[in-house]
Amino acid sequence: MSQKKDQELLFVSSGEAEQPFEWSAGKHISKLLVEMRDHKRLIASKCPQCQKVLFPPRRVCADCFVEMDELVPLKGRGVIRCFTVLNFGFVDPNTGLQKPVPLASAYIQLDGTDTMFLHALEETDFHKIKIGMRVEPVWEEKRQGQALDIRHFKIIDE
Amino acid sequence: MGKRTAIVGTGQTKCSSARKDVNGQELINEAVRRALEDADLTLSDIDAIVIGNMDHFEGINYVDTWSVDGSGAYLKPIIKVTTGGTTGTTVAFAGYYHVASGLFDKVLTVAWEKNSESDTTGAIVTAIEPILERPTFGGAINAMALQASMYMAKYGATEEDAARVAVRDRKHALNNPYAHLHLNITVEDVMKSPMISYPIKYLDMCPRTDGACALIFASEDTAEKICPKPVWVLGLANRHNYTLFGDQPLVPMITMVEAAQALYAKIGITEPLKQFDVMELYMPSSYSGVQWIEELQLCPYGGGPELIASGVTDMGGECPINPSGGVLSTNAIGATGSQRVAECTLQIMGKAEQRQVPGAKMALASGFGGCFWSDLMALGARKPG
Repeated sequence: MSQKKDQELLFVSSGEAEQPFEWSAGKHISKLLVEMRDHKRLIASKCPQCQKVLFPPRRVCADCFVEMDELVPLKGRGVIRCFTVLNFGFVDPNTGLQKPVPLASAYIQLDGTDTMFLHALEETDFHKIKIGMRVEPVWEEKRQGQALDIRHFKIIDE
Repeated sequence: MGKRTAIVGTGQTKCSSARKDVNGQELINEAVRRALEDADLTLSDIDAIVIGNMDHFEGINYVDTWSVDGSGAYLKPIIKVTTGGTTGTTVAFAGYYHVASGLFDKVLTVAWEKNSESDTTGAIVTAIEPILERPTFGGAINAMALQASMYMAKYGATEEDAARVAVRDRKHALNNPYAHLHLNITVEDVMKSPMISYPIKYLDMCPRTDGACALIFASEDTAEKICPKPVWVLGLANRHNYTLFGDQPLVPMITMVEAAQALYAKIGITEPLKQFDVMELYMPSSYSGVQWIEELQLCPYGGGPELIASGVTDMGGECPINPSGGVLSTNAIGATGSQRVAECTLQIMGKAEQRQVPGAKMALASGFGGCFWSDLMALGARKPG
């Protein structure tokens, strides 16, 4: 039998789509972002029922299902609870641009809070990062009221 | 308690990194036709259809309507469900709910994904809180790696402990013609593979796959007439938690702890390792393969590495895990949970060919996804009382 040439199978591109979104930050996160932008300060919300302090601040404590009105100031320092260093590039859906790697990130428990939150670390050599290390935020000079007003967290000796 | 419900047919497609020979509807159709053939039914026997895939992956939003040509839902009831990584198990749960409710007698479910049509990590990142967490979140690999680093620090587990799972599941896949990857590898190969997100190396992580999986659920009124060995749904449990990743304790993974407790209490499981003959578990990285068997009560907390090394979970062991090769060998994400259910069904029906666990009568399937969410479904040969 004669060898049939393999048929060409195609992917068809959508084109260079741009579809930006605008998300409401809400009452407490707006307050946090303004504090970050104008004063380089972080705030958390405190649950009137379980007394837990949650960062980022939000209106509802999911455990107790009650409204949180009390906002408490934080000092900003914290501790690394777990971490990774990503070497695998991908397209950031928020920006449409390739995410720069290596991206070191950690769940950080800020002093005075009962939750962890995700942010980038300055150190990208995983050999030099240990769970339990202390960190503090490194602020951008020009802040716009967004998560990356904190450029990353830096490991500190205390 | 609703109507007793069984799975009477399964259909899986050939899986690969890019099924360029079919579009999404045709891929769906391949699974649906195989399931109908397996159950010896025709489309006219099907009362309703449930479909699911990952939001945002293929950039097609009304999948329930768009897929009608492939799914066979023309002028039939169809709904889409989607819950992130757990989609495939949620689709199976929804099929069960339809039948157990008594409203439908025979229900087809189909779960599918064409990972080749999107940037998988970019798409997954859209699931994350957009303002504060998304800017520094690096996708599923990143999330698995964060949990792994915490598990290792807490229990002193090593990268080699995880590599044993990567080797086990890839070895099992060699016997599964439906598996995407057929890799004959060693612990050393895993350890030498490139670090993609510390501590996860290339061979510790699941692939991105194109594939689909269909299941047919039938009520106790007809299941035994359709199928000589229907596989009964014994029970299921799912637990979801907060959207903000940092709110949750990652070790132990609380959703799986709670889902296992609920399921086991419901169906009388006290020694899961002994009572289940086989398990198909949604474990996207080798590290989850070590940790999550602890949440499922197969061993005490911190005991995962020892249990894996003992060989109990290998083919021929007391309770083989992932005879299909698991998620580490095939990961058509929206379909992945349904593939776990399908493999448990094949095992109990005795249709698993070279990878058959002899005499398998009780099986556990799991789903994982979203913000560390867990689904569990127990299946058995014996009709529940």
